[in-house]
Amino acid sequence: MKLAADEQEMLDGKRGKARQKAMDLLLRYGEALGAERFVDTSNVCGTVGASTPFLREYGQAHGGMDAVFSEFNLDSAEVVEIPQVAVRSAHLQQGIDPEHAERQGIPLEVVRLHRKGEAYTAGLGVQMLNTCAPYTVGNVPARGEHCAWMESSAVIYINSVLGARTNAEGRESAGCAMLTGKIPYWGYHLDDNRLGTHHVELDIEVETTADWGLLGYYIGEVVQDRVPVISGVHQAPDLARLKHFGAAAASSGGVEMYHLVGITPEAPTRAAAFGRKQPVLEIRYGKAERRLAYERANVTGKSRDVDFVMLGCPHYTLEQIGDVCRLLEGKRVHENSELWIFTPRQTRQLADAKGYTRIIEAAGAHLMSDTCSALGRVMPKGTRVAAADSAKQSHYLPAIMGVECWFGTTADCVDAAVTGRWSGGLA
Amino acid sequence: MTTIVLRGRKVVGGRAEGEALVTRDRISGWGGIDPRTGTVIETRHELKGISFAGKVLVFPGAKGSSGWSSQFHIARLAGKAPLAMLFNEMTTKIALGAVVAHSPSVTDFDRDPLEVIENGDWVKVDGDLGIVEITKKT
Repeated sequence: MKLAADEQEMLDGKRGKARQKAMDLLLRYGEALGAERFVDTSNVCGTVGASTPFLREYGQAHGGMDAVFSEFNLDSAEVVEIPQVAVRSAHLQQGIDPEHAERQGIPLEVVRLHRKGEAYTAGLGVQMLNTCAPYTVGNVPARGEHCAWMESSAVIYINSVLGARTNAEGRESAGCAMLTGKIPYWGYHLDDNRLGTHHVELDIEVETTADWGLLGYYIGEVVQDRVPVISGVHQAPDLARLKHFGAAAASSGGVEMYHLVGITPEAPTRAAAFGRKQPVLEIRYGKAERRLAYERANVTGKSRDVDFVMLGCPHYTLEQIGDVCRLLEGKRVHENSELWIFTPRQTRQLADAKGYTRIIEAAGAHLMSDTCSALGRVMPKGTRVAAADSAKQSHYLPAIMGVECWFGTTADCVDAAVTGRWSGGLA
Repeated sequence: MTTIVLRGRKVVGGRAEGEALVTRDRISGWGGIDPRTGTVIETRHELKGISFAGKVLVFPGAKGSSGWSSQFHIARLAGKAPLAMLFNEMTTKIALGAVVAHSPSVTDFDRDPLEVIENGDWVKVDGDLGIVEITKKT
């Protein structure tokens, strides 16, 4: 790779040991990709914390948070002192919600370590957004902005909906970008790679948030890591629908960029979305495909006795919390079930102020922040059967937690929490 | 005994040899493997329940969460990373994952390794030269 003067300086150790380690890993990574150079970035979203058991134990055994950053963000077994981040950096979701630790089954000792880790990370200058959806709470990249973000559901959102430019970075590359402001100029940073590869024609109207999730779940499995262009969307989807669509497409496949013709910024027309490329495949999405996606998203659902309903994957917006409050009106969560809703901590504050949190608690449900069931492995004790309105969560929860998981609309899920029974189905 | 040689491009240098574990399904890192055992856990995956620890993993590429690299990173520290990785589709997930797994890795082959290599074949990988030597299981 061709290095700029400041990159060479960092690599030579002239800007400290940690930046040298960071540049060394970025160089190994860039060469593995086949990149020719780096691009400057001043917007990084990543993970630094040590809230999962393996990392927690590593930190305790090797001398604290600098050791965790050295190994898990810089790929350095040698512990180096970590300086302040060089560019705007935000933290993604964490392993626990310290405000609901007891309900999540987290021992006090772990909460103490978690808070210590958080103070360390904040001390480096990282913004503790603690969400998988930073674009809902103030980190809204501009069109064309070069970013270095982790979190597949956020990557697909800012590339496709906002027209920002990022690849799906990992914990290590994001950590290195925080210290250097550099990331390989490869993949979705380049114009050409952002053009469409597959064309999807909708034969049915895609309406609810769950519908958008199913569409994403279907498309991801077909196109894998390519760039689908979707025609036939008559009603522009809102943020929540786009969030669920992208998260699903990034789970069943590895989609990091898509275009909705006439809606997303780089697809004013179908021709613009494909540029000089021709679609490698024409895909139609109708009732049969929707049914197939629904069956795949429900493949683990067997018992209809639902112990646990998980909402907020990706983290809910304030409007989605409001929808749940309306669905819960005059009802209570069943004694054999639990309902947990996950949102960014800033959104939880707004929900507190709006009275939503009170409504949710009064119905026997809980509004949590910072983490989610799949990432933090947090569920009510003894959960065997879960339900979610997110195709992403229903994809990952059974694999990670060994539970069954139903997928359906938000209304199906709230109904399951209130009755303790799954009655969802495709209309 | 038949020996086949594939040539590709270095992703991660170093040499390793061992038995091949081949899948036509892409692999998810976070939520797709248990890094403490190297076992694939994804619900509808061809390798569900099978560990790649100590094997030369031959697969199309990576998919899913951006936690890919960190899961293979943990697998390496737990002693459960693949001995080597051979794959076709380059993504940021797999590039970074291979780098932090410290597993010799090769891509961009002159022939598709998924067509040539079968489970149980003995595979020698020279990551620096991008050369893969396959001895077919008879």
